[in-house]
Amino acid sequence: MEAVEKTFVASLEEIPNIVGFVSETAAAMGVHPKRLMHIELAVEEAVANICSYAYEIPPGEVTVKIAQESTMVRIEMSDTGVPFDPLAMETPDIKSELEKRQVGGLGIFLIRRMLDEVHYSRIGERNILSLAVHYGEK
Amino acid sequence: MKVNTQEINGFWVVRLEGRLDIGNAAQFEQACLQWIAEGHHRLVLDFGALEYISSAGLRSILAATKKVKPLNGSLSLCALSGLVEEVVSISGFDNILQVYADVAQATAEGAK
Repeated sequence: MEAVEKTFVASLEEIPNIVGFVSETAAAMGVHPKRLMHIELAVEEAVANICSYAYEIPPGEVTVKIAQESTMVRIEMSDTGVPFDPLAMETPDIKSELEKRQVGGLGIFLIRRMLDEVHYSRIGERNILSLAVHYGEK
Repeated sequence: MKVNTQEINGFWVVRLEGRLDIGNAAQFEQACLQWIAEGHHRLVLDFGALEYISSAGLRSILAATKKVKPLNGSLSLCALSGLVEEVVSISGFDNILQVYADVAQATAEGAK
């Protein structure tokens, strides 16, 4: 299947559409249903970050590209907002007690733990978050 | 997401069906705070039919938990599976909340 690309408004209201688009495309490319759930979570968390941090005057846009590689499906999410590396966010302390527990940064932490590859790059005027998962269950 | 509530053994059991995500987490948090304000201080979230949860969903659960603790109440989870179980485990929420196998255990005598 050829690579697919689509641009959306980067707003919270659009997240279900973006998640649905990526998940359906990845399913058509043969990704295991269990991994589709990981992809859906990653896309929600990543777009939520873009909505919150990327644009000084929201909403901006987010472009999603999904491409097949030999062993993985790769999802690239890019925006033209201010330079923002979500992977540089502080890792939350998942062992802290209830009273001190914070959930900031937890979304990115989940992405890192669930997906097989996560990279950030700033290319020209674009933030690019590249995510990849293997086709199979593991 | 569909939400059903019932009282069992003095526990307020909230059954969630579908997805708890950024689209409905704030609304769910408000519902929890409302139940707590009405005097339901022992909450059990039944995730048996919950397919999906994101960090926004976790945030709403954390807010509700922080609300019931000073009231000597509790918030526990039960019947986790699939992605929901993974998310709860990876985020370490199973260290700060009681997690039970099912509603019967979560509402049993002696459950916290």
